[in-house]
Amino acid sequence: MHFSITNSPHTDRPNSVVENMLWVIIALVPGTIALTWYFGWGVVIHMVLAGVAAIAAEAFVLRLRRRPVKPAIADLSALVTALLFAVAIPPLLPWWITLIGILFAIIVVKQLYGGLGYNPFNPAMAAYVLVLVSYPVDMTTWLAPRMLDPHPLDFLQTLGVIFGQGLPQGMTWDAMTSATPLDVMRTELDMNKMISEIRQSPLWGDFGGRGWEWVGNWFLLGGLILLYKRVITWRIPVAFLGGLLVMAMLFHFLDQEAYPFGLFHVFSGGTILGAFFIATDPVTASTTPRGQLIYGALIGILIYIIRTWGGYPDAVAFAVLLMNLAAPTIDYYTQPRVFGHREADGE
Amino acid sequence: MDARVEQRSERRLYRFHGGLHLPDNKHQSTGQPVRPAALPTLLVLPLSQHIGAPAKPLVAPGDSVLKGQMIAAAQGAVSAPVHASSSGTVVAVEKRPVPHPSGLPAPCIVIETDGEERWAELPEPWPDFEQRSADELIQRIRDAGIVGMGGAAFPTSVKLDPDRPIDTLVINGAECEPYITCDDMLMRERADRVIAGVAVLRHLLGVRQCLIGIEDNKPEAIGAMTRALAERDLPATEVVVIPTRYPSGGEKQLIRVLTGKEVPSGGIPAHVGIVCHNVGTAAAVADAVLEGKPLISRIVTLTGEGIAAPCNLEVAVGSLASELIGQAGGYSARASHLILGGPMMGFALPDDGVPITKAANCLLAASEREDPDPGPALACIRCGRCAEACPVTLLPQQMYWYAKAKDLEKVQEYNLFDCIECGCCAYVCPSHIPLVQYYRYAKNECWDQERERKKAEHARQRHEARVARLARLEAEKKARLKKKKAALKKKPDAAGGAADPKKAAIEAAMKRAAEKKAKLAQEGVTPANTEALTEAQQRQIEQAEARRKEASDGKQTSESP
Repeated sequence: MHFSITNSPHTDRPNSVVENMLWVIIALVPGTIALTWYFGWGVVIHMVLAGVAAIAAEAFVLRLRRRPVKPAIADLSALVTALLFAVAIPPLLPWWITLIGILFAIIVVKQLYGGLGYNPFNPAMAAYVLVLVSYPVDMTTWLAPRMLDPHPLDFLQTLGVIFGQGLPQGMTWDAMTSATPLDVMRTELDMNKMISEIRQSPLWGDFGGRGWEWVGNWFLLGGLILLYKRVITWRIPVAFLGGLLVMAMLFHFLDQEAYPFGLFHVFSGGTILGAFFIATDPVTASTTPRGQLIYGALIGILIYIIRTWGGYPDAVAFAVLLMNLAAPTIDYYTQPRVFGHREADGE
Repeated sequence: MDARVEQRSERRLYRFHGGLHLPDNKHQSTGQPVRPAALPTLLVLPLSQHIGAPAKPLVAPGDSVLKGQMIAAAQGAVSAPVHASSSGTVVAVEKRPVPHPSGLPAPCIVIETDGEERWAELPEPWPDFEQRSADELIQRIRDAGIVGMGGAAFPTSVKLDPDRPIDTLVINGAECEPYITCDDMLMRERADRVIAGVAVLRHLLGVRQCLIGIEDNKPEAIGAMTRALAERDLPATEVVVIPTRYPSGGEKQLIRVLTGKEVPSGGIPAHVGIVCHNVGTAAAVADAVLEGKPLISRIVTLTGEGIAAPCNLEVAVGSLASELIGQAGGYSARASHLILGGPMMGFALPDDGVPITKAANCLLAASEREDPDPGPALACIRCGRCAEACPVTLLPQQMYWYAKAKDLEKVQEYNLFDCIECGCCAYVCPSHIPLVQYYRYAKNECWDQERERKKAEHARQRHEARVARLARLEAEKKARLKKKKAALKKKPDAAGGAADPKKAAIEAAMKRAAEKKAKLAQEGVTPANTEALTEAQQRQIEQAEARRKEASDGKQTSESP
C-alpha cells in the first residue's frame, strides 16, 4: 500500500501564528474598551480605519511582490499592527494621518523589508514616530477623559471630526482637549512647580492621570492574558517595567519634588501597552532569555531618560525602535550555554 | 522491597533544559499481551541494519539456511553480522526497498522460509557468564549481531569495549516517544530477561552502579522491573522512576536526568564514565550470552488510528511491514500516513513493502487527525519557542536562518552538530516550519563540504606534487643545457686546457692519427682501405693506378711550358 510522505513531527501542532495574533487581538479588548469608555468613539473608529487600510496595503504590496496574498492576510499580522497603532494615537486624529501612518507601517517598515518576520523595526511604532514628528500638534492633542469633559462627543460627531467636518456647533477644541498627564507633568515641572503642587489639579488620580491609569490597568489585564496563553514570556515586560521603575524610584528618592514617583511612570502614557504588547513583538525583539532581560530593561531605562530629559513627553516608541536596532547584537552576545559545552564555549 | 522503593524516592534527579509534555497515546497498544507474529513466507534481511559498515553476505541464491545461521558477516570494527531469522532457502541477494528516509533500495538477503523453523547449531549457552572474560562476552555479543534496539542501531559490542574506566551503567527504559510501547511491554512481560541482561552487562563492564531509568507513565513496567530486580538482587542496581518529559529517553538527556552529568559536546557517554543501553538491547544480550541465540526477532508496536487492532508483536527480523499490519487487523479506513518509529523522530514510509530491521520499534499508521497536514510553512516570526523547547539549549531559530541561507560556517557556529533531531522545536513552531529537515539538510551539506574539502585537499596535494616534479625535471634539463653551453663556450680556449678528459681523449686520438699520417707520408705510403683485397682486385687497382700515373704524367708534360 502506498502512502504520501509527510515531514516530522507527525503530530498535530499546538501553536500557530494565527492563534498567536488572535490572542493579541483578544488581549487588546479590555484596554480598548477602557480607552473608548474614557476617550470616546474615536478609538474604535480609528481601529476600523487602520485595520481596513492595513489589510488593503498588505494585499496591494503582496500583489506587487507576486507573493500569495491570502495566507499573509489570514495570518492577521497586518491587523495587529493596525490595532496597536490605533490604540496609541489620539482619538480625534484626522483620518488621513492614520492612513499615512498605516501605509508607512505596512508598505515601508514591513513589506519593503520582506514582510512578516523580516522587518527589523516594529511597524506600529515606526509609523507612530513618523506621524509624531510630522504632525506634532495633532499627535499631542488628546481628549480629556470623560469625567473631566462635560459634553463628550457622540459617535456621529466623532466621525465628523475625524473626517474633517469640524467640531459640532458650540464646541471648542479648548474645552474638549487636554494635554496628557505626562505632558502636563513635564510642562509644569519645567515651570519649576513642585510635584505636590502639580498634583493638586483634578487631572490626577491615584498613580497617574484620571482615566489614564485605568486604561493602563485594563491593558495590564490583557498582558496577563498573553502571559497566561504563553503568547509572550515574562522576561521582556518584567525587565521593561523593572528598568523604568528602578530609574524612576532612584530619582524620586533623590528629589521627591522634581521627579515623579515610580508608579506614575508605570501608569502613564504607553507604558503598560508598550511593556506587554509592543516591546514583546517577537519579530523585532531580542530572542535569547538573557537577551530579553537586557532588551526589556534598556527600553525601560531609555523611556525614563527620554521622558525626563528628552524632547517628547512620551518615549515608548522611541525607546522600542532604538532597542530594535540593538536586538540582533544583544542576541549574538547572549547565546545560552549549549548542553555539553563548557561555559566559555557557549559564548 | 520497601527499602528499595524508599531509596528510589530519595535519589536526586536532574533536569535538562526545555523538553515537552506530549500526549503519550500509549494505551492504545498496551491492551493485549505481546503475541508472536506468524512466520512470513518471505524474509528480507538488509545487510545494513546498523550504524557502520554493511555486513558481507556469506550465502548465495539457492543456499539453504537454518534459523539463527549467520548469513552475513560483520566487516570492520563498527559493524554487525546478520542471521537468518528462520530456516529456508536464499532466493536472492539483491537491492530491495528498505526502511530508510532516503527511500532508496539497499542490498538485502531474501529468504523463502520453509516453515520448519529448523535451528542452526548455536554457540553453547553460558549460564555461568561470570566465569567468562569480558573479551569472550564481547565477542559473543558481536557474533550475535546485537545493535542498539532503541532506534540508533549502533553495534552494541563497540559500546561495551570503551577505552576508559566505566563507573555507571545506565539502562534506558524511558521510552519517551508517544505511541511506542514495545519497551514498556518487554519490561512488563519479560522483566527477568531484561534484568538477566543487565547482570551480564554489569559484570562485563565492571561498573560500580547501575541505574535503570523508566518514565513515570509506565507504572506496570516499573512494578515488574522492581520485582524482577528484587528477585535477582544485583548489587548497587536501581530502578529509577523519572518524570515523563520528552525527550528524556535520549541518551544524553537520560544520563543528565539520572546522574546530573553532561556528556561533552561531540563526546560519548564513556567520556563521563557512563555506558547506556536500551532495555531491549539488554534482553538481546541475555539471549545471546545465556542461550547462545543471535538477534533474530524483536517486539514491534503497531499502532495509530490507521490500524484496526493496535498491538505489540514479536516479529522475526526481516518480516515485511505489510504482513505485520495484516496481523494487526489490517488498516482501518482512516489510515493516511505510515510512519516507522515514533511521531517525533520517525520518518514516513512511502510504501509498506519494507522489512522490519533490528532497530525498528514501531509502525504508526496515523490518521489525518493524528498527523494532519500543517499546510505551507509561514515565515519565522522569531517567537523563540523553539529555543525554549530545545533540550540541548540550542537556538533553533538562528540555526534555521543560517541553514536556509546556506551559511554552513555560521550554522555550525550555532552548534548544529549538537542537535539530536528530537523535533521539539518543530513541534512548537507556530509557523509550522519543518525545522529538523533544515538541520538534517545543513548537516548533510556540511558532510558533503567536508568530503569535497578532503577531495580538494587530496587533489591539491597531487597537483602540488606534480608541479614540484615538473619543476624538478625542468631544472635538471636546464642544468644539463647549461653544462653543454658552458662546454661549447669553453672550446675556443680549450687548446691548452685539458680540463675535460673527453676532449683530451679526443685530442689525443686526433694527435695520434695525425702522427700516423705524417709517418706514413714520410714512408711514401698513401693510406688506403686496401687490406685484404683479392688478387683480381689488386690487379685492377694496379692497372688503374698505372693508368692514372700515365695520364697524369702526360698532362704534366703537356702542360709544362
